[in-house]
Formats: sequence, C-alpha cells, structure tokens
Amino acid sequence: MQEELTKLRDEALQKVREATDLKQLQNIRVQYLGKKGPITEVLRGMGKLSKEERPKIGALANEIREVIAGEITSKQEQLEKAEIEKKLQQETIDVTLPGRPVRTGNHHPLQAVIEEIEDLFIGMGYTVEEGPEVETDYYNFEALNLPKGHPARDMQDSFYITDEILLRTHTSPVQARTLEKYKGKGPVKIICPGKVYRRDTDDATHSHQFTQIEGLVVDENIRMSDLKGTLEVFAKKLFGEDRQIRLRPSFFPFTEPSVEVDVSCFKCSMKGCHVCKGTGWIEILGAGMVHPNVLEMAGFDSKKYRGFAFGMGPERIAMLKYGIDDIRHFYTNDVRFLKQFKQA
Amino acid sequence: MFVSYKWLSEYVDLDISPEELAEKITKSGIEVENVQAVNEGIKDVVVGQVLEKEQHPNAEKLSKCLVDIGEGEPVQIICGAQNVEKGQKVPVAKVGAVLPGNFKIKRAKLRGEESNGMICSLQELGIEGKLVPKEFSDGIFVFPSDAEVGKNAMEQLFMDDYVLELGLTPNRSDCLSMIGVAYEVAAILKKEVRKPEVHYEAAEEKATDYITVNVEAKEDNPFYIAKIIKNVKIAPSPLWMQMRLIKAGIRPHNNVVDITNYCLLEYGQPLHAFDYDRFGSKEILVRRAHDGETIVTLDDQERKLTSDHLVITNGKVPVALAGVMGGADSEVRDDTTTVLLEAAYFKGSVVRKASKDFGLRSEASLRFEKGVDPNRVKAAAERAAQLIAKYASGTVLEGEAEFHDFSIEKKVITISAEKINNVLGTNIAVDEIKEIFDRLQFETVEENGLFTVTVPTRRGDIAIEEDLIEEVARLYGYDYIPSTLPEGSSTSGALTDYQLKRRKVRRFLEGAGLYQAITYSLTSKEKAGQFTLETSSFTQLALPMSEERSVLRLSLLPHLLESVKYNKARQIDDIHLYEIGSVFISDDALEKPLEKERLSGVMTGHYVYHPWQGEKTKVDFYVVKGILDGLFDLLGLLDEIEYKQAKREGLHPGRTADIYLNGSFIGFVGELNPEVEKEYDLDETYVFELKLADLIQYEAKPVIYTPIPRFPSITRDIALVVDQHVHAGELQETIREAGGKLLKEISIFDVYEGERLGAGKKSIAFSLRYYDPERTLTDEEAAKAHEKVIKAVEEKFSAVLRS
Repeated sequence: MQEELTKLRDEALQKVREATDLKQLQNIRVQYLGKKGPITEVLRGMGKLSKEERPKIGALANEIREVIAGEITSKQEQLEKAEIEKKLQQETIDVTLPGRPVRTGNHHPLQAVIEEIEDLFIGMGYTVEEGPEVETDYYNFEALNLPKGHPARDMQDSFYITDEILLRTHTSPVQARTLEKYKGKGPVKIICPGKVYRRDTDDATHSHQFTQIEGLVVDENIRMSDLKGTLEVFAKKLFGEDRQIRLRPSFFPFTEPSVEVDVSCFKCSMKGCHVCKGTGWIEILGAGMVHPNVLEMAGFDSKKYRGFAFGMGPERIAMLKYGIDDIRHFYTNDVRFLKQFKQA
Repeated sequence: MFVSYKWLSEYVDLDISPEELAEKITKSGIEVENVQAVNEGIKDVVVGQVLEKEQHPNAEKLSKCLVDIGEGEPVQIICGAQNVEKGQKVPVAKVGAVLPGNFKIKRAKLRGEESNGMICSLQELGIEGKLVPKEFSDGIFVFPSDAEVGKNAMEQLFMDDYVLELGLTPNRSDCLSMIGVAYEVAAILKKEVRKPEVHYEAAEEKATDYITVNVEAKEDNPFYIAKIIKNVKIAPSPLWMQMRLIKAGIRPHNNVVDITNYCLLEYGQPLHAFDYDRFGSKEILVRRAHDGETIVTLDDQERKLTSDHLVITNGKVPVALAGVMGGADSEVRDDTTTVLLEAAYFKGSVVRKASKDFGLRSEASLRFEKGVDPNRVKAAAERAAQLIAKYASGTVLEGEAEFHDFSIEKKVITISAEKINNVLGTNIAVDEIKEIFDRLQFETVEENGLFTVTVPTRRGDIAIEEDLIEEVARLYGYDYIPSTLPEGSSTSGALTDYQLKRRKVRRFLEGAGLYQAITYSLTSKEKAGQFTLETSSFTQLALPMSEERSVLRLSLLPHLLESVKYNKARQIDDIHLYEIGSVFISDDALEKPLEKERLSGVMTGHYVYHPWQGEKTKVDFYVVKGILDGLFDLLGLLDEIEYKQAKREGLHPGRTADIYLNGSFIGFVGELNPEVEKEYDLDETYVFELKLADLIQYEAKPVIYTPIPRFPSITRDIALVVDQHVHAGELQETIREAGGKLLKEISIFDVYEGERLGAGKKSIAFSLRYYDPERTLTDEEAAKAHEKVIKAVEEKFSAVLRS
C-alpha cells in the first residue's frame, strides 16, 4: 500500500508538472484529490490494515495529499501569472499614436505683455486703474497741461466726436482722473493699461488703434532717481537681468523734466544688431517728473507732492520680444498668429 | 531743422567732428536724427570752363563742347543740356569721377563723338530738384564768373560740408534758428557765441516818410516794424548764401527774397519783403480779415478769408496772410526797386489757424506758431537791411515805421540747489549748478545756494522751476543720476475684484479652447447696428478717415465675424475666438457714451477632432452652451441662469437663446442666421455676447461647504413622452419642484423623437437621484417622492411614461 501511494504521488506530481493550463490542473486536482480519487480509495481500504500500520499509512497518505495539493497550488499561481501576462501582452497599444487633444486657446500677445507688466508693478505696490476710451478734451489734453492751441497737440492727431469729446489719444487721462479721485492726498501708485486711438493710416508700423500702459507715482518726496530705479527694475524683469537703461532728455507737456528711456539691446547685448539698429539701445518708454500744473489741476499741492510718470506701448514691446514685424497682426486675429503665444 | 556744420561754426568754435557733435547734442536733449555729408558719394568734380560749343554732328539735342578743366589740354565733352554756352564756368565730372548713386563717369562715345566727362546739373550732384534755383532746374549749373577753373567743384559749391538734422520737440523752437542752435551747442561744448555784426549806412530819408503802420488787431500782432530800402537791384544772391539756403531745405529765388529767408534761418524771425511800388498805399493796417474777403497768395491761389484770419492790408485790401504767406500782387519781382521789409511778432494761435485752414505750412508759419523771440524781431530786420544793402545794392532809409504794444518781460525764477537735488535725487554742488546756468548764458545770481535766474527771451520754453531743473539735469547728464526706489509710505498692490474675475473669465475661456481676439472699436454704420444687446444711438466721429471706421461699435460680434472670415479665407476651418472689450452705448441726452464691457465669442468648425479614434464633434449650440455653463459655474451663478428660446436679428430663429441671470437679461447665444453665414462666407457658426459687468458684479452666493453624503442614494430613471413643443428645461423645473428635498440630482440622458412615438411627440429621459443626508433612504420614501414627480409632469405636461 505504501508502494501504491508513492507511485500515485509520483504520477500526480508528474502530471502537475506537465499541466499547461488551469483546466488541466483542475482535472488533476479532481482526479487525485477528489472524493473519488485514488488517495481516498487507498484511505478507504485502510480497514484491511493492521492497527500498527494504519496510522503510518494514514499519515503517509495525508502527507502525499498535501504535497500534491501544494504543488497544484504553486503550479496554479504560476499558470495564472502566465495567463495574466499573456492577456496584458495582447492588450499592448501603440503609444506613439496621437492622444485625444484637449482644445485650448490662449491669450493675445498684447494681453500677455499687459498682464506681465501689471503683475510686475502690482508686486511693487501699484494698483491697476482703467478709464473711458471716449474722453473729454479736458482730461485728454487740458488736465495734462495741454491747453487748447498748445503746439504739442499737433503731435497726436485725434479722432474728435464733438469739439469737446474725442477718442483718447493716450492713457494719460486715467492719471488725471485717478489723481482727482485721491483728493490731493498721496501716495498714489498706479498703472493704467488701455486702448488708445490716433488718426493714423494703418500700415506695418502704424495703427489707428493701439494700446498703452502708463504708470504714475505721486508722493511727498519722489525723485527722478526713483523713476530711474523703478524703470531699471522693470527693464530687468521684462527683458532680462543683464539689461541696463539709459535716459535721454525729451519733451512731454505733462512732465518736466521729460526723458526717453532706452533699454540695452537684449538681442545682441549691445554689440549692435538689426533690432537696435546698430546702436545697442532700444527706445522703449517716455517718462518724466509730473508737471506741477498737472498735480495742481488734479487738486494736489505741488509744493508738497511730486511724482513721476512713464508710458509705453505693449505693441512695441511685443514686437521686440517676439520679433513680430507688422503691427497689423495684432488686430487681424489670424489663428496661426494667435496660437504662437501659448507660453507667452 | 537742418543745420550746416560750417555755417554753425561761424557762431561757435567747433573743435569736434560733425558726428561727435551730433552725439553730444543728442545726449543733451535734442535728437540729431541724421548727419549727412553734403558731398557724399561725389569724387573728382571740378570747375571747368566751356571754351567752344558747337552742335553735335549727329544729334540735334546734343552739344559738343571743348572744356578747360584746368589740367593740360581742354577735353571734349558731349552735353545734353539746353543751357550750356560758351564761356560758362560749370561743374565737370572728370573721367573717373563718381556721382551720387555710385554713378561712375567713363570715357564714352555719344553718337560717334568722344566725351571725356560730364557737365553736371545740381540734381546730378545730389541736390533735391525742388531746391534747385529755377534758372538751373532744367539744365546744368553755371558758376559765377569768378569761380576758379580746375578747383574742386564741391568746395566752390560750398558742398564740402555736413548737415545735421535736428528732431526738435515742440518746446525747443529756440533751435529753429542758427543762433539758437549756436547757444545750445555753446552750452554743451562750454564755448562762447559769436553773433553777427550788423552795421550799414542809412540814408537821410526816413522810412516813416514812406510808410505808416497801424495795427487794429493788437492782441494778434503787438509788434510790427516796416523798413524801406530803395534802389534795390534784384539779382541772384551770392552763391554761398544760395547754398546755405539749399542745405537748410529752402529754394533760392533772388537776392531780396533769399536774404529774408537767410535771416529767418539765422535769427528764427520770419521776415517779408513787399514791392513798395506795388503795395498800393503808404499805409499798413494789420487787422482781422472780413468774412468773405479774398487774397491771392504768392502761390497764385485765391484764398477766401474769415475773421479767424489775420491779414496785412494796405488800408483797403489784404496784401499778405500774416505770418503765413505774402500776396501775389505785392511780391518782389525782377523790376522791384524799393523794398518794404516787414518784421513782426504774430501770435501763434492766429497763424496756426490760418496755416491749418489753408493747408499752408511755411517756414514762417512754423516759427510763428511755436513762438518767436520778441527781442530778435528788430535785430533780424536790421540784419536783413544790412544784407540787402550789401548784396542788392540797396539804400536803407533811416529808422522804421513801427507799432509797439507790448513790453517784453524777462522771466526771473528763483530756485535752490537743495530743490534741484531733491527733485533729481542727486548731490550736485552749488558751483556746478552755477556753471551750468552760465554755460546756458542765463543771467544767474547765487546766494547761499539760492539761484536767481533771469531767463533770456529766446528760451520761451522756460517758465518754472522744473524747467530749470531739466536744464541742469540734461547738461549734468542723466547717466550720472543714481537709481533709487521710492521711499515714502508703502502701498498694497492688487487687482480689483472685477479685474481679478475678468482674468478668471479669460483663463477659463482659453482653457475651453478659445483664442483671445482684439478687434477695432471703430466700425461702419452698417456693422455698428448689428447684434446689439441694448438700444443705442450711434457715436460718430466728426471727421472719420473712412466710412469703415466712422462709428463706435455697439457689439463686438461684427468684427469678430470679420476675423472668422479672414481665417476661413486662409483655409482655417476650426475657429474659436473670444473678445472682451467695450461697446459705446449712447443716447442723445448723454454728453459722451457709456462704455460697457462685453464678452463675446464665435465658434465654428470642429470642437473635438480626434479622427483616428473616430471622435469628431462639430461645434453646435450645445458645445457653446456647455462652455457658457462652465463659465457661469466658475462665477457661482449657474443656478440663477436661465436660457429662453429667442428670436434675434441675424441669428437662427430656432437656435438662439436669450440668457437671463436671476431674471435680468444679460446676453444671448445662438447660431448665425444662415443668410448671415452666407454673407460672411462662413459655415455653421455660433456666437455669444454677454454683458460682462453684469456677470462679474453680480453677487454670487458665498462658498459654504455642504457635507459629503454619508448614506447611499437611490436612482430612478424615467422617460417621459410629451408634446414636441415642451422644453426640457420646463420639465426639469417641474420635476425639481415636485421631487422635494430628497431629489438631489436630475440629469437628462436621452432625447428621442421618432415614428414610434407618434407625430408631434418626443421622449426625454431623466435620471433622478434621491437621498437623505441624515440617514439611509428607504425604497418606500424614494418611491413616494418619485410618485409625486410623475404625477406633476402628467398633470402639467400630459406626459406619458414610456415603457
């Protein structure tokens, strides 16, 4: 009987080893370990054995059962694993096929420039002020020290609606309006982005509608050196840490002294290139100390308060930063143009 | 202003090159836009003398000339100019010479005859045609007889010079004169200014015996001088003077006219010469013109005048448009013998008005408009008298007839060194500031750091302390001003709530696939009336540049559609754009229009395009509505939004909804009417326009956390068959009301129309989720709520449950 059991064990283990799928394995389990299986048979026939032999054979039979069951289990795990692997193998896809696109648009390059500048100055304690695009002659000119008949009015041919109402030619009227709002009490720290309009025929470098950003700081001890320092921070943030600025004397009716501000060329690092026209410098801003008349007209005591103001054109900055060659691109909304500014 | 380097050096010692000078001038405040060598690109042009001239044997229009060029044998040159004559001294480009445009002169044969060089016109020497004196404008230039043969023609023509082009800002009209520029340059280079010496011998006869001056318009013309110069011989002015005018951009005419222009350039004071014998009276009367009066100006145009214009009259009729242009009748001509010379101070505004009205911008009007130096009116007149005496053999009569009604007050400004340094953020020494004022030749007294500065009348732009601070800053050098940041009290920078939300709206729409567009605010009348959300009259420009840009927009959509059309025409089919911008709502009672921000969008083509997995979704109403719902949700408004079927001009009558926020109309969404689509060449296109401020400023419910459900929910689906005209929204609202507190979610998962339902019917399937946040809901409780729902829709819409 012992012999029989050993034989059964070898036979079963052989079959387990040879099994190639889970079904075969199940059959083996039923065949050898089932209620009608040979080991059960052997155990059933134990009645014939002597009292001494019975527990011995019983133990052996159980041991063999366990060995077979163990082998089946481990074989089963092995087969299951292989089966899963096979399944996964079959599920392999071509990862180089295109993904399902998420449709995204993006901001306009002018918006990108405006928001970058807004955020930069917000970080320095400025607020963003906006004002009407249709202005009165008073705020657009007179409050900015440009009385009627002033020669500098010729500098900006305007779109008038009536004698007293026009499309603003710059964002400076927002300065005048904001100063009035502060009722003669500083500090005032604002930037004013917005659309402006001038009587120009549209071409590669002119647009009858364009945008401007102006900045204004009014407080008790504002100095020209503060203007220079502030614009230096601006130039470095917008065009790179290595940038320098240069002030050149100029004229604007609403500032005195007035300067034009150049930034060292970011394309060639001042070696001279087509962007800076060989000079190493790029003109980027107009600025100056707020004219006392402007302060007084807006209700500020010019003996007590001083200020600086600056203005720039986002179109020009965007054209320089991104190498855009025609200002009309900003207003035709060609999708092939717009989509290039996702990361801007 | 064009400044001849050589001419300038008569007033100031220039010991630096023209380029260096230009750089220094620019750094100190006046931009030198260009430095031009007058003889640039010219080589080997000499003075030659025509010894013989005969007809070219083979060409009627050519002459064969024998020309002495001052070296060896005379050379034969074929010349095509009609004005070439024997004996003339002319500019000759020798064989090997180069003319502007890299035009090389070679030995040549012209119609069989040898030509060894070229006799030149001024145009060929690079002078602009409109500046060439009339007598040479159609032919070669002829030197005065004293020119030396063989000499460099450039030197003889005073073209060995440079011209600096100054870009003057409106405040620096003092530099519209050579003497003014000399003061500026002297201040920069720390030099002296040499002014011209004026002296002549006056006759005994008095000018006042010939002419009287009366001024009616004293405001416009507080100062007027008339001088008389007799025995004048009209002839060309000296070549050096002609060339100085040409270099400054003025065409020479004759000695008297050239001298007035020369003095204008030198002093910045416009002068006018009348022919005394043609003046028509012995009286000058300056007054405003009468309405309807006319004058024929020097350019032979008849000008119709109004009382806005100031005129010089002979007591009866206008003889000159003051400060702008003289009259044709009293013009100086070849036979003029007595000159009436006018020097006056005309007010800028009245001159500007005339020059604007008639489109006449002259060298004179330019200067009057910006304001001339009152102290130079007489000096310029005297200078002109001197030059007319010298170069037109005139006899200057004693004195002048004059009207004088203003006192020239010198401006005195006091300023402390402390103030200057405080404003600039510098630490400039008192002595250094004093030196700068001295260089500017501003009379300055300094006491304990306090400067009392008397501003010369030539610097009309300097009126207040800040103007002086600028003078100090620019001559001290902006490069030396330090960089600091404002000290003072700190301010907190932030976007306003409105600005912040507007950015959120932008980012959301961009994330949803729309590109930001920016279009023009000015549009045509036709477009301005389309797609408007509010009734408004048009805001029109007084003088539009074109009909296309004549009215302010009332909707952003017309131009957005133009942008779509532009893209479509370039084979781009999937176009999704939005714009945020102002429209201009007006009614006649308003002084100026109200500006309201709109949020508009336009979408066409595919929204999802993923073809290899078979996913292609075209934009339809529900794509756009879904984006808007996402936007409303972002702003916390979704529960208060209602879409109502609507009909709007330009939109598809069946596919348009008006949108209401808590009962107020805030905009619309819909498909373009196919007719409009056709008009713009578009495919199916959807648009929306919303009142942005109404959305952003609406007070949304505050964010308060709702506990996450802890108990299971029960879902029941129902399909309701209703009449076709019943809107899903109405059904949903009824279900929501009937479902009570337990009904937490309603979603539509199927809409079906088909024969099986019968004509005029449709089925809408809802999925309803019930739950109780407090405890586990029983089937009976859910069933009870669900019963109510079914009953309500049966009653209200005769809905039938579809099995």
